[in-house]
Amino acid sequence: MTSIQKPPVRHPSLQSNALGLTRRDYEGAMSTLCAGCGHDSVTAAIVQAFFELDIPPHRAAKMSGIGCSSKTTAYFMRQSHGFNSVHGRMPSVASGANAANRDLIYIGISGDGDSLSIGLGQLCHAIRRNVDMLYVLENNGVYGLTKGQFSASADVGSKSKRGEPNVQKPIDPVLLALSLGATFVARGFSGDKARLVPMLKAGLTHKGFAIIDVISPCVTFNDHEGSTKSYRFTRENYHELAAVDFVPLQREITAATEAGTSVSVTMHDGSIVRFREVGSEYDPTDRDAAYAHVRTHQERGEIVTGLLYIDEQSSDMHDIAHTVERPLVELPYESLCPGREALEKLMDEYR
Amino acid sequence: MGIPVSGKNVFPSNIQGLPTWYEIRVSKDGHTARPAHIDLVVALNPATYAKDVAAVRPGGWLLYDSSWPLDQALAREDITILGVPFGRLCVEAFTGDRERTLMRNIAYTGALVALLDIDMDVLGEMIREQFAKKRALLDSNFRALHLGYDYAKKHFPCPLPIRLERMNASREHVLMDGNTAAALGCLYAGATVGAWYPITPATSLMEAFTGLCKRYRVDPETKRNNYCILQAEDELAAAGITIGAGWAGARAFTSTAGPGISLMSEFIGLAYYTEIPGVFFDIQRTGPSTGMPTRTQQADLLSIAYLSHGDTKHIALFPADPGECFYMSLAAFDLAERFQTPVFVVSDLDIGMNDWMVKRLTWDDNYRPDRGKVLDAEQLERIQRFSRYLDVDGDGIAARSLPGVHPKGAYFVRGSGHDKHGAYTEDAAEYQEVVDRLAKKLKTAEEAVPAPEIHQRNGATAPIGLVALGGTHAAMLEARAVLAGQDINVDYMRIKAFPFGEAVRHFLDAHETVFVVEQNRDAQLRSLLTIETGVPRDRLTPILDYGGLPLTAERVIGDVARHLEASVA
Repeated sequence: MTSIQKPPVRHPSLQSNALGLTRRDYEGAMSTLCAGCGHDSVTAAIVQAFFELDIPPHRAAKMSGIGCSSKTTAYFMRQSHGFNSVHGRMPSVASGANAANRDLIYIGISGDGDSLSIGLGQLCHAIRRNVDMLYVLENNGVYGLTKGQFSASADVGSKSKRGEPNVQKPIDPVLLALSLGATFVARGFSGDKARLVPMLKAGLTHKGFAIIDVISPCVTFNDHEGSTKSYRFTRENYHELAAVDFVPLQREITAATEAGTSVSVTMHDGSIVRFREVGSEYDPTDRDAAYAHVRTHQERGEIVTGLLYIDEQSSDMHDIAHTVERPLVELPYESLCPGREALEKLMDEYR
Repeated sequence: MGIPVSGKNVFPSNIQGLPTWYEIRVSKDGHTARPAHIDLVVALNPATYAKDVAAVRPGGWLLYDSSWPLDQALAREDITILGVPFGRLCVEAFTGDRERTLMRNIAYTGALVALLDIDMDVLGEMIREQFAKKRALLDSNFRALHLGYDYAKKHFPCPLPIRLERMNASREHVLMDGNTAAALGCLYAGATVGAWYPITPATSLMEAFTGLCKRYRVDPETKRNNYCILQAEDELAAAGITIGAGWAGARAFTSTAGPGISLMSEFIGLAYYTEIPGVFFDIQRTGPSTGMPTRTQQADLLSIAYLSHGDTKHIALFPADPGECFYMSLAAFDLAERFQTPVFVVSDLDIGMNDWMVKRLTWDDNYRPDRGKVLDAEQLERIQRFSRYLDVDGDGIAARSLPGVHPKGAYFVRGSGHDKHGAYTEDAAEYQEVVDRLAKKLKTAEEAVPAPEIHQRNGATAPIGLVALGGTHAAMLEARAVLAGQDINVDYMRIKAFPFGEAVRHFLDAHETVFVVEQNRDAQLRSLLTIETGVPRDRLTPILDYGGLPLTAERVIGDVARHLEASVA
C-alpha cells in the first residue's frame, strides 16, 4: 500500500501568504498515524508556521530518523525535500546537508526514542556543533511503532497500558539541551497549537540549533490513567512560562505598537520574539535561571512549557568552521581545484 | 642520489615512545617491496639489541654504539659487528646533554656515509637545507657527521660490499605516503565536505586534507573557507554527515579503518538503497576487532563488498601505491556521483602511512567532475512529473534532483521500501522493481570501474597466473621477475576494482593454475572471486600472508615454488 495523497481541493476563501501560497500548499500526504495522535497536531502547527513565515516549500529540508514522529515529515510540505534516514542518526545527516548547503531551512522531526535512546549521542553533538536547524522532539514517553514499550523520557511511576510502572529515571531533553549549551530551548504541548506556532516560528528563525520538546500524547499506548504523558495529565499539569509572539522583521513597525510586553529578544535576522506577561523574575537569556525554573516546577510535578532559553549571539556550525557565506554546493569547480601548476610546485616539496 | 628507495615504519600502537624500526630498501632494479632479509641493521636502542642482532642476514652487518659494548651472548659468528663509540665521541666533542644526545644520530649518519659510500655533497646539501633557518646548528651537525665518518674510515674497510652508487632512476619521482596522496585527490576532485573520527591509520588522511585546504581552499577575498571539515562524535556520524552532504549535492568523503567500517555499516545500506553518493576511505589495519592498529592487512575485502544488512553490493577501488591513491580518489568521486552510490577506496596502513617512491603526480586542467545525472531547475521545470527512481536510459541509473533547486524536484528519501517514484511501498512487485534495478546498476558499474592490470610476457598466456590487489603490487612484480629468472614464467593480474568485470573472469579462465595472493587469513579475495565469477574455488590456490607486515617477494616465490614441486611430485 502506498501513501495516500490528499486531493488538492482549494477553498476559494483560503488565505494566501506573501508568496501567493495557501496553507494547502504546505500540507503533505495523508497521515497514517492513529486518529487523535498528538503528532498530527504538531504537523498542523508546522504547516501553519511555515505558511506564516512565507518560506518557499522547496527551500526547506525535512529531516527525520525512525519512529512515529519521524514519519510525519511525509505529512507536511509535499514540495519540500524530505530525508527519512536511519534510527537516531538524523542529526548527522542534517549536519552534513547543512554543511553542504547552508541556505536551506532545516527542520528535523524526531521522537523520544529516536532522540533520547538510540540517538542520544547524535542529538548531544548536534547541539554542541550548533547546527542551524529546528529540531522538534515529539515526546510521548512510549515506543508506538513497536507497541508500547517505555521510552527514556517516561517518568518514574508512570504506568504502561498494562499497568506496570516505569522504574528508570527519565532523560529530560530540555534539561539536557540546557546543560549542553543549546542556544534555543523550548517546550510545547501538541494540544496548545496557539502557543506552539509562534515557538516554531521563532525556532525556524533562530540561528543555530533550536530544540523544541513537544509533549505529544500517544492515544493508543500512553493516554490512559496513570500515564504522565497523557492528554489529561499534561493539560492538568502544564505550566506555561509565558506565551511568545513572533514578530517577523517586515512587520515590525505595526507590531511595535502592541503593549503588554515585558521581555523581547531580537533574532539574528532582525525579527523579534516577545515574551508576553512574563514576570520580571524570569530572564530567557539566563541559562542557569532557565534550568532552575524547570527543575523547581518539576519538583512540584508541573511541566513547564514555553520558550525557556534563547541565545542569539552564539556561533553556529558554519561560524565555527569559518565557511564561506555562499553554500558549498554552489561553488564552481574552478574555484575548488588548485590546478596543474600548483600540483607541480607541490610535487617539488616531496622530492 | 637518484636511487630507487622505499621506507617502512614498523611502529607499536603506543604513545609513550616504545622502540620503533624504520626499514629502508634501496634497489638498483627498482624493487620497493619490503625485503625478507636485512643487510645492515643500525641499532640505536640497547633495549632491542637482541632483536636487532637476530634480524641481520647471514653475512650482513650490524652498526651499533660501542660506548657500551654489546653483550657477548648476543654476538653472532656469521655477521660483522661494527662498533662505533658514538656516545663517547659526542660527549667529548659537545657540551650539554641535549646536544650530546641529538648529535649522536648525526654521527651515526656520518658512519653510514663512509660505510655505504653515500655522496657527502648530497648529504651536506640536505643538512644545509634542513637548518637553513637555524644556522647555529649547522656547524654542530657537520662536526657530528665527521665524527662518525672519520671513525668509520679509520677503523673499517670502507665502503662495505653493499654500497650506494649515484643513479638517475628517481628523477621523475617523489616520495609520498598514500594518505597524503589520497587527500590531494580529494582536494583536486573538488570535495568540499570531509567528516571523520580519529582512527589509526586513517587519521593522517583527513589531517593532510585539512592542511591542503588551509593552503589552497581559503577564499582570497573573504578569507573564509571553501570547505567544511567536521570531526564527528563517532564513525556513524561521520558516515551520516558524508551522506547528508552527498544528498545536498556536495562531494563529500570520510576516512576510516576497519572498526569504523563496521560502525558505518547501517548508513552504507541507507546510501546504497536511497542512492546517495559518497566516498569512503578504508585504510585497512590488522583485524579482527581492535586487532593490531599499527600493522597492515587486507582483511576488510569481504565486509566492504557487501557491507550492511539486506542485499547490497558496493563499488570499491584498490590502489596499489600512493600514486594510485591520488588518481583513484578522483575516480571514486566520479563513480560515486555517476552511480549515485557509496564508493570505497580500499587502501591499507602500509600504503597510507609509509613513504613510497612514486611517479610525480600530474594533473590535466581539462578535467571536470562527472556529476552524473542531476536534473537542474530548467530540466525540472520542463518535465511533467519527477520520479526519483525511474530508469529512463536502461542503464539502471535514475536521474536525481538536489534539494532546494526546484519544487518539482522535491521527493522523499526513505530507507524504507519504496517504488520507482520514491513513494512508500509494501508491494512485492514495486519493491522488487527497485532492487532489481539496483542490481542492474551495479552490473553496469563492472565495466565502468578500472580494469585489471595484466602482466604477460609478449602477450602469450603462461600456464600459471598470479592474482593480487592493492599494496602487495611491488612484491608481486618482484616475485614475477625473480621467478622469470628461474625460468618460471607466470602471468600476473592486479585487480583494481570491485565489482569485477569480464577481464577478471577471463584471466581466471585462461590459466590452468591460479594463485591468489592476499593479506588475510581466510582468502577473502578468493571467496569474492568465487562468488562473483563462478570460477570453482579449488581452481584458485591461496597464498596468504597476514602477520601484519608488508608482503615480501620471497614469500610469494617460496609458496609458488613449493606448490609447483608438490604438484610435480
